[in-house]
Amino acid sequence: MTSAIVVSGLHKSYGSTHALDGLDLEVATGEVHGFLGPNGAGKSTTIRVLLGLLKGDEGDVSLLGGNPWHDAATLHRRLAYVPGDVNLWPNLTGGEVIDLLGRLRGGLDPKKRDDLLRRFDLDPTKKGRTYSKGNRQKVALVAALASDVELLILDEPTSGLDPLMEEVFRQCIEEERGRDRTVLLSSHILSEVEALCDRISIIRRGKVVETGTLADLRHLTRTSIQAELSGAPNGLAQLPGVHSLDVEGNRVRCEVDNAQLDGLMKQLAASGIRSLVAQPPTLEELFLRHYEDDTAAEPVAATR
Amino acid sequence: MNNFAGTATLVRLALRRDRVIIPVWILVFVSMAAGSAKASIDLYPDVASRVSAAETTNSSAALVSLYGRIYDPTSLGEVSLFKLTSFGALLVGLLAALLVIRHTRAEEESGRLELLSAGVLGRYAALTAALIVSAGTVIVLGLLTALSLVGTGLPTAGSFAFGLTWIAAGLAFAGVGALTAQLTEGARTANGFTAIALGVSYVLRALGDSSADGGSRWISWFSPIGWAQQIRPYAGDRWLVALAPLALLVVLVVAAFALIRRRDVGAGLVRPRPGPATAAASLRSPLALAWRLHRGALLGWAFAFLLLGFVVGNIASNVDGFVTSEGAKDVVEKLGGVESITDAFLSAEMGMLGLLASGFGIQAALRLRSEETALRAEPLLATGITRYRWLGSHVVIALVGTGVLMLLGGVGAGISSGASLGNMGRQVPRMLAAAVVQLPAIWVVTALVVVLFGLAPKLVTVAWGLFGAFLLIGQFGPIFELPQGLMDLSPYAHTPRLPGGDFSATPVIVLAAIAFALLVAGSTAFRRRDVG
Repeated sequence: MTSAIVVSGLHKSYGSTHALDGLDLEVATGEVHGFLGPNGAGKSTTIRVLLGLLKGDEGDVSLLGGNPWHDAATLHRRLAYVPGDVNLWPNLTGGEVIDLLGRLRGGLDPKKRDDLLRRFDLDPTKKGRTYSKGNRQKVALVAALASDVELLILDEPTSGLDPLMEEVFRQCIEEERGRDRTVLLSSHILSEVEALCDRISIIRRGKVVETGTLADLRHLTRTSIQAELSGAPNGLAQLPGVHSLDVEGNRVRCEVDNAQLDGLMKQLAASGIRSLVAQPPTLEELFLRHYEDDTAAEPVAATR
Repeated sequence: MNNFAGTATLVRLALRRDRVIIPVWILVFVSMAAGSAKASIDLYPDVASRVSAAETTNSSAALVSLYGRIYDPTSLGEVSLFKLTSFGALLVGLLAALLVIRHTRAEEESGRLELLSAGVLGRYAALTAALIVSAGTVIVLGLLTALSLVGTGLPTAGSFAFGLTWIAAGLAFAGVGALTAQLTEGARTANGFTAIALGVSYVLRALGDSSADGGSRWISWFSPIGWAQQIRPYAGDRWLVALAPLALLVVLVVAAFALIRRRDVGAGLVRPRPGPATAAASLRSPLALAWRLHRGALLGWAFAFLLLGFVVGNIASNVDGFVTSEGAKDVVEKLGGVESITDAFLSAEMGMLGLLASGFGIQAALRLRSEETALRAEPLLATGITRYRWLGSHVVIALVGTGVLMLLGGVGAGISSGASLGNMGRQVPRMLAAAVVQLPAIWVVTALVVVLFGLAPKLVTVAWGLFGAFLLIGQFGPIFELPQGLMDLSPYAHTPRLPGGDFSATPVIVLAAIAFALLVAGSTAFRRRDVG
């Protein structure tokens, strides 16, 4: 399997702020890769380095087999980018911007352009200054999706879209996956990443702290258990890997590390199980776990 | 009074945002008035010299239409300052209107006002605050100007009347800005409407002033700039005339408030029209985009330059007549330093056109930075175009644009001076040459913007400061007898004085080479720095 993006040990500082602190990221060709993290974690900085807009202080970056800083323009013909903040020229229409960006990338498919305009319900005759945030984002999305490129880099592309349009966006990404295009999708919307991505990387304070398929990451996490037993439970508190234990008579609620699930089940079965609900961890929980120490220690996230 | 809630906070916000630029503008105007008063007072030591200067001015329709009439030929103050009365009023008016639009429509367009409007903010608060800031600025500006004029030894009452002319024009156009800010969704268009209003106002005054006695001089009374001038500082000090611009301010502000009541936040009266759904086949390069972004401004500048060229060339035919006093001859000598007074005048005026064209060059090159900070450069640089091509697109417009402006100014001046002097065949190529030799200095100043953009993007507006310094050195350097080494720092000091002067290719080539080197340095630095 080849890699569309390989980043290793990337550092980037703005003055005294360390935006990226030894970031590693690998995106395989043909996969939809989720790039997940809260505001200010370094997602946009990473993407800007990948686009050769910023120069990394240290570390190696390879994009589509080339160096994004040295070969920016050549590599850019093979990718399309949707920025997190889309600003348009006030006196150009959305249609003009779509065509211009497409042509500068090396052409776009007019049929696909029309189809996307219809699906996103976007009026291409309006001037840039009259579009709402969501509509500006649609302009950039149509321009990117209608371009004939290998790699799509999308920086929080749905942050201004309503739920209906988010659904259209998801369908579009599914279609891109079918065409074997590589997608790097940055987001802080967990359900979106959960629904769309083959693999995800979680970034926190300028470092990727977790990477893998959703299944890979779930093994690191806890399953939440609710059980009603025939008799009073015993010895649960001494079991390794059991957390947030809450016992009320014969009712038990707790969370357990997936590796220790077996031990817990045996202990519960010893008391006789009447009913059992086990929930797999959602991405939300996964995510919260990576940031709970952050939010406790550092209520104010670093900007940018 | 809920409609005005939050006004005081917005005033503080505006003053915080403009804490540098407003004092700088005030300083520029005050020093312009005091400097030119100081410089001219010495030129007219006795009544006879003033009367003769005033009579030659009043007898030239071109000068009267450009600056206005001198009402009291014996008045030292009026003869010294008449060139600044209506011209200064125009500039103060522009400043006042731009300040109002900057803090109303521009904020609304950017969406920042919406953010504030969700808090406790009355519907009228933004406009009221902008008017307070704008009016406060012009009032302080006018009073300080008056005090600085008193300081040069001119009569106190007249000096305050002079300050009042600028205040009056500023207040009237603050009202114009308040109204135009309500009309369109874009601040740029509102600025454009204001510029048209200022232009019409100046032309009406020029038409009225240059009419024959008993003719249609009343036309000047339809112009706020005409009102400012009719206060007649140092020549009767007619204070009550200031009531007219004040009344206009009240009417315009009432109208603006009425429009605010009727419209949504963010909307204008002039509905934006839909445009083409697909781009023209030609819109396929950074240069094509840059042309789209600059063409409106360039067309306006081009028209103004052709017109200015005609006016300058037309005045030239009167120059021999009006420079009769020794003092005035002296000034022209200092400005041009060449034998023929007509040529000296023309070469000085072509130098002025060169300074103005630099304004366009700087503004066009600064677009690089505003495109970058508005995050509009980023999506372009993420396509298959190199940084050099993107930077080059705006630089080409700036350099070629200034070239077109100077050519038009030269052609206009050549045709009109040729027609009035009766030697078109000679005058047109001479004036074209005079216009073209200005270009290397203009390009050096434009290239300074590119260097700053590459090396120190946050300081890019320092270019305006450098330009202002060159301008002051050039205008006041000879009069204040600054050391030659300092005056040589200005690229404009090395431009050959054409027509009439000696042409030497060396400084032109050196200036062009410096401009080229600066452009290379600037674009190389931009290639190596972070974008954003």
